[in-house]
Amino acid sequence: MKIISCCSPQHKEISDNLPCCPKQEMPERELVPSIVSKVSAEWTWRDYLGQIRCRISSFRNSYAVKPGFYAVGSPDRESDIFVSANYKLSFDILRRALKGLNAWLLVLDTKGINVWCAAGKGTFGTEELIKRIVESRLEKVVNHRRIIAPQLGAPCIAAYIVQQKTGFRISYGPVDAWDIRQYLEAGYKATEDMRRVKFTVWDRLVLTPMEMIPALKIYAIYAALMFFIMGLKPSGIIFKDGLADGLPFFILGFLAVLSGALITPLLLPFIPFRSFAIKGWLVGSMVILIAIKYISPAMPVAAFSLLFFPLASSYIALQFTGSTVFTSMSGVKKELRYAMPVYISVAFISIVLLVFFKLNQWGIL
Amino acid sequence: MKYLANVTSLKFFSDTCTGCGRCVEVCPHAVFIIVNGKKAAISDKDRCMECGACVRNCAFGAITVNAGVGCAAAIINGMITGGEPSCGCGDTQNACC
Repeated sequence: MKIISCCSPQHKEISDNLPCCPKQEMPERELVPSIVSKVSAEWTWRDYLGQIRCRISSFRNSYAVKPGFYAVGSPDRESDIFVSANYKLSFDILRRALKGLNAWLLVLDTKGINVWCAAGKGTFGTEELIKRIVESRLEKVVNHRRIIAPQLGAPCIAAYIVQQKTGFRISYGPVDAWDIRQYLEAGYKATEDMRRVKFTVWDRLVLTPMEMIPALKIYAIYAALMFFIMGLKPSGIIFKDGLADGLPFFILGFLAVLSGALITPLLLPFIPFRSFAIKGWLVGSMVILIAIKYISPAMPVAAFSLLFFPLASSYIALQFTGSTVFTSMSGVKKELRYAMPVYISVAFISIVLLVFFKLNQWGIL
Repeated sequence: MKYLANVTSLKFFSDTCTGCGRCVEVCPHAVFIIVNGKKAAISDKDRCMECGACVRNCAFGAITVNAGVGCAAAIINGMITGGEPSCGCGDTQNACC
């Protein structure tokens, strides 16, 4: 598939002599591709609500816009073309950042996934971009041959291939859409700061609900199980005992979730060591130690708690690697190589301890 | 914020580098710099998160990396299914990467 337009700037010399490039100016309307949707730069209450729902639930998995060609403001033949994903939140953040500008928006089909993740998966990619450029007949819409792609789409967009095949030269825009205006004013130049992904305490905070909620779902199963085990007597399940004996386990379990899914992510840069497993274990140990001091459970429960809950926190904290912007696959693999055998053995020892605890309680041992 | 030291699979071959600067443009962690306006160089390897943006955009094959997701859930998922690390969301078919 070679689709170099003969009207592209590199071919300017030959294009003037080619019959395919008539020096005509067709009426504007006919030049515009068949499907252009106009879109506002303003957010409605629905957009704000959608953003919140994306942050707290799996709603984000179905939050998509139609891929295709859009116009913000009243773009013309000199207006810039921005590329985005069809995850509605990505699309919304871009169009909001373009407020007051006249621009074209080329939305790729990323199956409703954001730019960076889609680039990692390959849906925000070279082939898809070339396909959209061709389908939208971009070379007929604009006079220039520039496209501004999001920098975080670069893992799967080979700019030089897009240029070879379509004639459009990709400039990577800043990481944060808010910087677009400044980037344009600087003549399509991003400062070093704009090129870097940041991970502020606010960035981490908005990610924690999606760490807490899945962990709490598992916590609910765990709590029910502990209630059942603690209430279990040779005579049957005693509700009162399930609650009373289970209480330290409910509290400490919840604190382990809080340590791994909320405290560790929030305090991330301030916790010693670079390993997430160790960070989570440290925070978990501190929190559980303090809690044990206040709850003062029976000795076997305290011993079990100091072993099990800090590692539960460690495991949950390790899951946060998937939400960070700086962990590498090689690094996480290395962590898992060391941590997984520990998690599995401690889980096994914990079960054995619980069985002993119960047998002892029943007077069998 | 930096992750584990000395783990990245990033490699840079300066003989084929033309100093076009694309790697500096795409890297979200400023791993590359251009030295004396001539060639790229790695400034801090430990900042690399193996996203693969530099490799994908280097038209001269001067960079290699084993790109992938730095996500525990995805890697555990890959260990269980025996396939590549995958987050389990989205369609990975017909993927270019």
